[in-house]
Amino acid sequence: MLIEFFYKLKSHKLPVSIKEYLTLLEALEKGVIGPSVDDFYYLSRAALIKDETNFDKFDRAFAEFWQGVESVPGIESQIPLEWLLKQVELTLSEEEKQQIQALGGWEKLMETLKQRLEEQKERHQGGSKWIGTAGTSPFGAYGYNPEGIRIGQDRSRNRSAVKVWDQREFRNLDDTLELGTRNLKIALRRLRRFAREGAPEEFDLDTTINSTAKKAYLDIHMRAERRNTVKVLMLMDIGGTMDDHVKLAEELFSAAKTEFKHLEFFYFHNCLYDFVWKDNRRRHAERTRTIDLLHKYGNDYKVVFVGDATMSPYEVLQPGGSIEYFNEESGAVWIRRITDVYPKCAWLNPEPEEIWNYRQSIQIMKELMGGRMYPTTLQGLERAMRALAK
Amino acid sequence: MRFTGTADYVATEDLMLAVNAAIALQRPLLIKGEPGTGKTMLAVEVAQALGMPLLEWHIKSTTKAQQGLYEYDAVSRLRDSQLGDPRVHDIHHYILKGMLWQAFTADTQVVLLIDEVDKADIEFPNDLLRELDRMEFYVYETRELVKAKHRPIVFITSNNEKELPDAFLRRCFFHYIRFPDKETMQKIIDVHFPNLKKSLLREAMEVFFEMREVPGLKKKPSTSELLDWLKLLLAEDISPEALRSKDRKTIIPPLHGALLKNEQDVHLFERLVFMTRAKGA
Repeated sequence: MLIEFFYKLKSHKLPVSIKEYLTLLEALEKGVIGPSVDDFYYLSRAALIKDETNFDKFDRAFAEFWQGVESVPGIESQIPLEWLLKQVELTLSEEEKQQIQALGGWEKLMETLKQRLEEQKERHQGGSKWIGTAGTSPFGAYGYNPEGIRIGQDRSRNRSAVKVWDQREFRNLDDTLELGTRNLKIALRRLRRFAREGAPEEFDLDTTINSTAKKAYLDIHMRAERRNTVKVLMLMDIGGTMDDHVKLAEELFSAAKTEFKHLEFFYFHNCLYDFVWKDNRRRHAERTRTIDLLHKYGNDYKVVFVGDATMSPYEVLQPGGSIEYFNEESGAVWIRRITDVYPKCAWLNPEPEEIWNYRQSIQIMKELMGGRMYPTTLQGLERAMRALAK
Repeated sequence: MRFTGTADYVATEDLMLAVNAAIALQRPLLIKGEPGTGKTMLAVEVAQALGMPLLEWHIKSTTKAQQGLYEYDAVSRLRDSQLGDPRVHDIHHYILKGMLWQAFTADTQVVLLIDEVDKADIEFPNDLLRELDRMEFYVYETRELVKAKHRPIVFITSNNEKELPDAFLRRCFFHYIRFPDKETMQKIIDVHFPNLKKSLLREAMEVFFEMREVPGLKKKPSTSELLDWLKLLLAEDISPEALRSKDRKTIIPPLHGALLKNEQDVHLFERLVFMTRAKGA
């Protein structure tokens, strides 16, 4: 019973297990719900899906199973609807909302978009209906419909469109991720270093017995509790060439956040210069001077860079090489400052290790880091952690 | 035995279904959701609605799974032995029952709340697998098996600070409490403030949802903060007009400290409000 449903979920890469499936069947057998699709939806979701980030995937799988709708290949890579909806509802202004009304409301707009995506099978350019580039349809890039939704356009060409979706490349690295980060966590645990610090609160049995035996009266000893004392400063490349790797970096970030007692993270773009920032949406307004980082965080912090180090060599070596503003000192100077202050540094590079030799900037960066550059594979991560823990 | 919400707690349909499924199948129910959406309150309300006693086990970063089962108080025993207390001969005097033990051996079925499970060490949920699955555990000191007389109804809340292991998740039902939409929020407020002036409520809700839309807030105001704020507004007897004041000096909603808990958030909000209102004027 419902085996098709189970395999449908599996094929959508949802982490469902046989045990959970049997639980669902058991619930159905016990008559927890009446004969209603809505109830079944809620029940199967509660029984099978254990992470809210998977809810959207589940919804799509469920819709597909129930209505026999064929899924459009690659729809999630083209446009994650849930993301669009969430972000847009939060950031639209009143006028923009009214503009959407012109097309029959937001729901309608998204509904139509979904339909079109389903109908449309091939790449399209021009014209007035299909999604593609340079048309007058409300969907697609480089278009002129004022109510338009832009998809896949890298620069704002026509300022009157509702929102430029490409901006998501600079969205904050979110740590709400699907399963699969546990492996990373286990690797990161290598970094843990326990030390006894603070007030003595724990009963120390061994010392008590020893001391009691020696002194011949009860001599109770307490000791401070073991705590993880690792401090980590993470500097992450965001945007630009890192787009391909944002997912990997996200998983890493999600894994890291829970593992250390002190974890500070900052973003930079391509190469480290005078400024870093914490919130990508306000990256120009709220920046932190890199020199302040050096002053604020003691040298017992371990510094982990995450970045692909893929850029023009000028961006590293030349003053003024930054693609964003004129930097007075070169990136190399800043990297060297960091490695001078913090003896424990590592650079995690999501690019495959095989191609490092063919990219000049990676070579330069690796040299600056004193060879401490590691790929973001489990094994690479372990090597990095071992180097940091030494 | 069905849970259908209580007079003080508005439960959405999917939440009720998840609760009832967990009760019927005697599995733990894992509850996640934004802070302040009533995760902890759920267990309290279910216990009240079903007329069962509630046992609460609040988890801290130092909590060990063993503490939920029992603790062996070796120090007292050592002291008693020094003082020649006859109690020392029976080890049972020094075994302190934890929340799970109490829940398992209670005379009636109980509701057990394991609050904020994500605060504990990453291995904590793994150490409770058998206990939650089979509802039994072994006491090594006395060589006895503690088995649940009545399987308790277990609620586990998490704030997503740590990811929970798969093996643990497989044994639970899961429900994510979404942030209530305006309609549900209206119901929630009606439950808490039946006599609130309609106009004040409308204005307050608007300000509240507007505030939630401000991008980049570190901590968005949640349901419990809205309720606190309304309480303050009522206590101070603020008029609905004050919430919509056009006056430059009072562009910030009164008593916004109840909604925004972070200094940077307040600054950001003030800047944004000033900018938008200045543009509108």
